[in-house]
Amino acid sequence: MSYRITGSTGEWEIVVGLEVHAQVVSEAKLFSGASAEYGGEPNTHVSLVDAGFPGMLPVLNQECVAQAVRTGLGLEAEINLFSRFDRKNYFYADLPTGYQISQFAHPIIGKGKVLVDLADGSTREIGVTRLHLEQDAGKSIHDQDPTRSFIDLNRAGVALMEIVSEPDIRSPEEAGAYLRKLRQILRYIGTCDGNMEEGSMRADVNVSVRKPGETEYRTRCEIKNVNSIRFVIMSIEVEAQRQIEVWEAGGTVDQETRLFDHVRSETRSLRSKEDAHDYRYFPDPDLLPLVIEQSWVDGLKAALPELPEAKRARLEQEYGVSRYESSVLCVEQAIADFYETVARGADARLAANWMLGDFFAALNRTGRSIEDSPVSAEGLRELLGLISNSTINGKIAKEVLEDMVETGESASAIVEKKGLRQVTDTGAIESAIREILVANSDKVAEYKSGKDKLFGFFVGQTMKAMKGKGNPALVNETLKKLLSE
Amino acid sequence: MSGIHDFTLASARDALKSRKISAVELTNAHIDAIERLDGQLNSFITRTPDQARDAAKAADEVLAKGEGGSLCGIPLGIKDLFCTNGVRTTAASKILGNFVPPYESTVTANLLKDGAVFLGKLNLDEFAMGAANLNSAFGPAVNPWKRSDSDTKLVPGGSSGGSAAAVAAGLVLGATGTDTGGSIRQPAAFTGIAGIKPTYGRCSRFGTIAFASSLDQAGPMARNLQDCAILLESMAGFDPRDSTSVDTPVPNYEAALKRGVKGLRVGIPKEYHVDGMPAEIEALWQQGMTWLRDAGAEIVEVSLPHTKYGLPTYYIAALAEASSNLARYDGVRFGERVSAPSLDGLYEASRAAGFGEEVKRRILIGTHVLSSGYYDAYYLRAQKLRTLIQQDFLKAFENVDVLLTPTAPSGAFAQDEKPTDPVQMYLNDVFTVPASMAGVPALSVPAGLDARGVPLGLQLIGKFFDEETLIAAGHAIEQAAAFHHRPTIHAGVSA
Amino acid sequence: MSLDAKTVTRIARLARIGLKPEEVETLGHDMGSIIDWVEQLNEVDVTNVAPMIGTGLAKPRLREDRVTDGNCRDKVLANAPEREGPFFTVPKVVE
Repeated sequence: MSYRITGSTGEWEIVVGLEVHAQVVSEAKLFSGASAEYGGEPNTHVSLVDAGFPGMLPVLNQECVAQAVRTGLGLEAEINLFSRFDRKNYFYADLPTGYQISQFAHPIIGKGKVLVDLADGSTREIGVTRLHLEQDAGKSIHDQDPTRSFIDLNRAGVALMEIVSEPDIRSPEEAGAYLRKLRQILRYIGTCDGNMEEGSMRADVNVSVRKPGETEYRTRCEIKNVNSIRFVIMSIEVEAQRQIEVWEAGGTVDQETRLFDHVRSETRSLRSKEDAHDYRYFPDPDLLPLVIEQSWVDGLKAALPELPEAKRARLEQEYGVSRYESSVLCVEQAIADFYETVARGADARLAANWMLGDFFAALNRTGRSIEDSPVSAEGLRELLGLISNSTINGKIAKEVLEDMVETGESASAIVEKKGLRQVTDTGAIESAIREILVANSDKVAEYKSGKDKLFGFFVGQTMKAMKGKGNPALVNETLKKLLSE
Repeated sequence: MSGIHDFTLASARDALKSRKISAVELTNAHIDAIERLDGQLNSFITRTPDQARDAAKAADEVLAKGEGGSLCGIPLGIKDLFCTNGVRTTAASKILGNFVPPYESTVTANLLKDGAVFLGKLNLDEFAMGAANLNSAFGPAVNPWKRSDSDTKLVPGGSSGGSAAAVAAGLVLGATGTDTGGSIRQPAAFTGIAGIKPTYGRCSRFGTIAFASSLDQAGPMARNLQDCAILLESMAGFDPRDSTSVDTPVPNYEAALKRGVKGLRVGIPKEYHVDGMPAEIEALWQQGMTWLRDAGAEIVEVSLPHTKYGLPTYYIAALAEASSNLARYDGVRFGERVSAPSLDGLYEASRAAGFGEEVKRRILIGTHVLSSGYYDAYYLRAQKLRTLIQQDFLKAFENVDVLLTPTAPSGAFAQDEKPTDPVQMYLNDVFTVPASMAGVPALSVPAGLDARGVPLGLQLIGKFFDEETLIAAGHAIEQAAAFHHRPTIHAGVSA
Repeated sequence: MSLDAKTVTRIARLARIGLKPEEVETLGHDMGSIIDWVEQLNEVDVTNVAPMIGTGLAKPRLREDRVTDGNCRDKVLANAPEREGPFFTVPKVVE
């Protein structure tokens, strides 16, 4: 189903492209030896290179290049063995040298793609135009003084990857799915932590609208620096709506940069000297062109972890989980790893069921993550083993899991201590059933006269009498036998 | 103490090693000379006599133990474009008038490691932009030479004008210079001293204030090539902090002096016979050919067809880079700041007040040639021309070992003879710029005096990293020219 | 040909150099004559000529990813013409 917005002149389609700035995971900055770690006292993660002192020179960090290449491989993109750094010249308080070093003309990564899953179960391929390395800027602090802004250069010079998508996105949902998938891939490879609160992933959103069937793009606006997936979705919705209103009122949309105000739920023009922007890009003469070897790229490729799509396919094939289950299990590597530890040596399908159901519910309830789960993968596997070998039934298992979460004890210890072993002794089951049947002779008569639905009542009563420990299959079987006597 | 100002760097080194003089004596003599004469020359922006005496004392202690590096106890001057830890570094600009770097440039650190004694920071054209040292916020440096027929003040050339003047007048035994389009070679020629612009990448640019990154190269300036060779050996070397530094061993340059030129093929680029070149420059050039031929070299005519495009290409490339390199002088983190109510107002006021006229002009041209719609027509085209110019040299060097040319189209001119048209002023660099564009090494040696008694220099241009052949050929000219003239203002001349 | 006042003003604005009205005219003239002079490069055929990037002498070199610098706030701030505590300051920037 295509996403459409209905305006006063009929339906509209939206066209969206995203430029994502992802902070590279590295120890040191892109061109200096200062720490790239987030936080720190103001102006401490700053070298004289970052502060643009006279005579200071940039030297490229190898790991940042490797991270960009790994990411490119994860996006199934072209890796450019030749790339180059340019200077983007503009003045701003948090840009110490008066230029940002970026890859304008020759990015390190070319065309790639991201497969996104949509709510209706379909998948779409979103093209990636390019990925390039560049420096982050420092931070201006505006709220400490009535007349002055304060400058902290801790972020200045930290490596960023700018990942530019094709204008392939056709709905706010797709934009969200694209960002989630991109973040998932970056986290898998370990090239960006994807933490949007700390600003390690931010997006510039390019939005335009057009009538369905139009082949040309109309003028787009760029919404700068949106810092959460939810805000990306919201900003697309409100900006598309605004543009439709402009067109429908007979106006034209101006190409411009806008800001998203989530409080007012609107976008606002950044009219600030748009005319004065002329970045005067030219190759940075302090740096040589970046030339990398295919063999080095091959080495990085060989060392890449399994990526989300491949992992999903493998889990589906190896463990027989569904497409939906694989998508949930592969959201994070740690979840998939946990799952595989459980599933090896247990019923894999049962393991998926339990992970997606009671186990995640327990995590949610306790506010824990998979990394500090109160129940280990081995513990969960043991519990599932007790179900599979009929020591306990599924219902009892849920109680045992709750106990495990609370006490940290093992499943078998809880089962033993509380005497939760399932009753498989047909004699005991039979005598329990007989008591129920005697006590409910009226219901027995109704059942026999054709009220089949009462079978469930007898099962329930029997299980209740047996404190839930009756083997469900045996209980069913014995009930049928005795009721037909 | 008689004759202390007759020392060359090499002979002073030997006298220090043999303890015939002490570093303190040598240093004091130079500090005295600076105090006596620099009022006339204005070659220093910042003098550091106390630090120099301390360093000299320390050098004497080391020398007494029979130890010490190649420059132990040698008093030098440092162009005020090299950042020196704890010592004000201005680039001769008002915008850096109070800048005290908390770091040392690699080149000066290398000199200090070898025991050199720094007497202070030397005048230059602001941000190394100029050819007469008239563009200094600290006033012009003056050439110690005078015309035989007048007392008018001559320019020492530029941008390393203070370095040239101080060396020529005997205020220092040697100095550092930087050369972007001729800023070592042209002032060396104007003041009757020697100077080497090494291969691009030979000396680290770390800690040297940038003018045009792809061209800037530090080099030595001294009374003769032996002194330059000793200095270069100390200054040069690979530096991991400069991505354009080249990792190739530093040879013993001093040893190259004795190589001679027998069998050397010396190219004469025919395009350097430019229109309007003074006859005495042409004659000096012919003399140079004769000297080298007599010393056993073979003279061969070569062609560098893109020579005439060197200057305009240079100005586009250099000014584009400069416009970007000088963006960091904005009054926020260091340097001159003029308050204003807005950020842009602060930038505009600080830069308007901090930069001199020529620097502003160059930043604006550089900004223009990079701006939208002009990049391809100017900057990109210039970079392509640069490829052609470099190919000219590489092709010529398939056939010859060095090239011989005049260093500058004239001798030193008077301060008030400076052309008002900037293009005319830029023509001073016509012979020096092409080697800078190609990145190849070049040097200037004093070769004679013009009709009015002002020194003239000859330039030798060499293959990449073949400074040794340059030094050998240059030394052959030195020996033949026997240039022992002294300027009017000199430490060894009693006033 | 002189650069017109509008062009000079736009370039000066890009370069953040404040100019007095009389400077605009002089600079327009000087810049114009320099631009005219460099126009001679147009007579050279540069088809298929690669632009020079670097001198081609140094080998590409990459730094190890280790923290070797920073933690020198005193040095970073020592030359600041105006500061407040650990920060540089500028006139308030309004977005």
